Amino acid sequence: MILLGQILEVLISGLLSGVLYSLVALGFVLIYKASGVFNFAQGAMVLLAGLALVRSLDFVAAQGFPMWTAIILGLTFAAAVMTLSAYVIERFVLGPLVNQDGLTLFMSTIGVTFVLEGLAQMVFGAEIYPLKLFPTDAWFLAESIFPGGILLNKLDVWGGLIAGVLVAGLAVFFQRTKTGRALRAVADDHSAAQSVGIPISWIWFVVWLVAGLVALVAATVWGTKLGVQFSITFLALKALPVLIIGGFTSVPGAIIGGLIIGAGEKLAEVYLGPFMGGGIEYWFGYVLALVVLMFRPQGLFGERIIERV
Amino acid sequence: MLRATLFLAAAAAVAMTGPAVAQQNEQFLPSLVYRTGPYAPNGIPFANGVIDYWNMINERDGGINGVKIAPEECETGYATDKGVECYERMKSKGPTGAGYFSPLSTGITFALTEKVPGDKIPLLTMGYGRSESRNGAVFPWNFVAVGSYWTAADVAVQHIAKEMGGFGSLKGKKISLVYHDSPYGKEPIAALEARAKQHGFTFKAIPVTHPGVEQKSQWLAIRQDRPDYVLLWGWGVMNPTAIKEAAGVGFPRDKMMGVWWAGAEPDVIPAGDTSTGYKALMLQHGAGKFGIHADIEKHLIGKGKGQGKADDIGHVLYNRGLLNSMLGVEAIRTAMKRYGNKPMTGEQVRWGFENLDLSAARIKELGFEGMVAPIKLSCQDHQGADQARVQQWDGKAWKVISDWYTADQKILAPMVKEAADKYAAEKKITPRDCSKES
Repeated sequence: MILLGQILEVLISGLLSGVLYSLVALGFVLIYKASGVFNFAQGAMVLLAGLALVRSLDFVAAQGFPMWTAIILGLTFAAAVMTLSAYVIERFVLGPLVNQDGLTLFMSTIGVTFVLEGLAQMVFGAEIYPLKLFPTDAWFLAESIFPGGILLNKLDVWGGLIAGVLVAGLAVFFQRTKTGRALRAVADDHSAAQSVGIPISWIWFVVWLVAGLVALVAATVWGTKLGVQFSITFLALKALPVLIIGGFTSVPGAIIGGLIIGAGEKLAEVYLGPFMGGGIEYWFGYVLALVVLMFRPQGLFGERIIERV
Repeated sequence: MLRATLFLAAAAAVAMTGPAVAQQNEQFLPSLVYRTGPYAPNGIPFANGVIDYWNMINERDGGINGVKIAPEECETGYATDKGVECYERMKSKGPTGAGYFSPLSTGITFALTEKVPGDKIPLLTMGYGRSESRNGAVFPWNFVAVGSYWTAADVAVQHIAKEMGGFGSLKGKKISLVYHDSPYGKEPIAALEARAKQHGFTFKAIPVTHPGVEQKSQWLAIRQDRPDYVLLWGWGVMNPTAIKEAAGVGFPRDKMMGVWWAGAEPDVIPAGDTSTGYKALMLQHGAGKFGIHADIEKHLIGKGKGQGKADDIGHVLYNRGLLNSMLGVEAIRTAMKRYGNKPMTGEQVRWGFENLDLSAARIKELGFEGMVAPIKLSCQDHQGADQARVQQWDGKAWKVISDWYTADQKILAPMVKEAADKYAAEKKITPRDCSKES
């Protein structure tokens, strides 16, 4: 019974951790789905959003305003910063590259990454800034059945709830709104979308803005978990295997991929790690991703690409 | 035309803000720093302490015996490849080349240990680096001054034993090490295994992959394994994350002890209230202001020339930066007694390190009384001290909670010898005969 409880605990914690990875993966999916660009800068966007939020929140709180006012003003300021960054990226980086191939666009996002990382740290600072928007303590469930109970971290649960709301909102946005459908059309073919009157500059601005806001949401959860700091950019690496498994174009796929990666890597680390010297979870997610690639190159939920000769 | 003008203006700006070029009578001292990247929160205060001390020496004394220090920073991002690149770029700068290097990274130290014998430049690795490099006969250019990771590991076990009621109480207990999966994090394992064998406790090493943002698995494993004590060998984001995760799984923070690189303000403040009760070893010094800080404030901060932010001055890592630079400056001053008041070569600075003898009186004169105990290095002993204390975070500040411990040389000395001999055999090094060195 003790072992079963322990396995359940690792499994549940893993699933919830995976949902937190999905929060970052969603930003990738949005931009890929809408513009066909793999956005290397998503991790840097989480950093920028988090720093803008925490620094403005701290500033407002230091002026003596109540915390809820500081949080609202901080979120508003951070959203404004992400809007500005979306505009600048579209206007000066992607706009001039319309109709260029995907690799060119991808390379441009690598450039955006370094600029955002450098600017964010230069403007807002390079230290660790504590953020506490959600509770971080834990529940211990089913203590009468399993000795010590099953640990459930409240922050992880909040992360799961937020991810659920985001996915529902994004699904409606993509399926039910005119802008959402236009985003999908642009992703299929820039030129064709332009030829039927879809304003590509506006669409790209919107999608980078939405990805920026998703990055802000991810920053609220991960910032509470780690403190807002440069290391948040490394989350992009955790999101990659999630994307490979879920597919680059599927919003629900990002969640399912996150669940698989989170549970897989935690179970592997706790139960296989001791036999392999430990520290395996960082690459174990990629092992799972490679296995999926062997059988479904487009990911479990990605769109199958058929190109006719 | 506009573009050309902008380009010229930018080029001029870069030229004007570039590092100062060392003049003929200046001592060039490089500083490998990380002011950006995942380890910047810890790298910045240390780098500020290093540069502030050098600048203070220039401002207050006009340099070391009249020889001004020409400092230059190089950003490594804590990456070994960048550290080696910085070293190659800076080693020959100044009239006599770099006086010494302090990489502030065990990974970079491992890489440079292979290079410095050829370039004849000392490596000052105060409180980090290869523990066996204490053996100056085999490692003539490494100075793991003040304390090594084996010192730290040994003192940590002594403190745990004291808390539990003596070494006899360790039998049957479990001590786990949560470590940064890098050369740095792996260093204490040998010393902890030796102590585990001696006292009969179960030792378990649990790696955390760089940079340490995700540790849930490790802490779930700890929750299941229920060790009696957890040692933390982390750096940067890994430390506050570990403390938060420990709190998340209900592991008591007062049963956690970090190495001295996991015992500064950036390690506990980001974890908020969850850090209260957490302990850490001290590389002799802790936080607080001492004699030296008055000079820093008078000659630098008061004149608006300090790098350190007012809030950081007196914090653990800033103080460590000051101490690191003081040892380097005093080694150069010692070398000048033999070679004259002029810029020193790396080889001459090494002689200075090997003859460095800081008595209590001299330490007081330098303004470091209360921060460091007397230290004496030699050709054979490149560490010179074996002491450490333990501090505890009370939610607002570090409080010293122990007396001085001295690492047990009956255990560590044979380990140093064995590891150094093995290194010498691998690298085909003939150890120096220190009895013949003057």
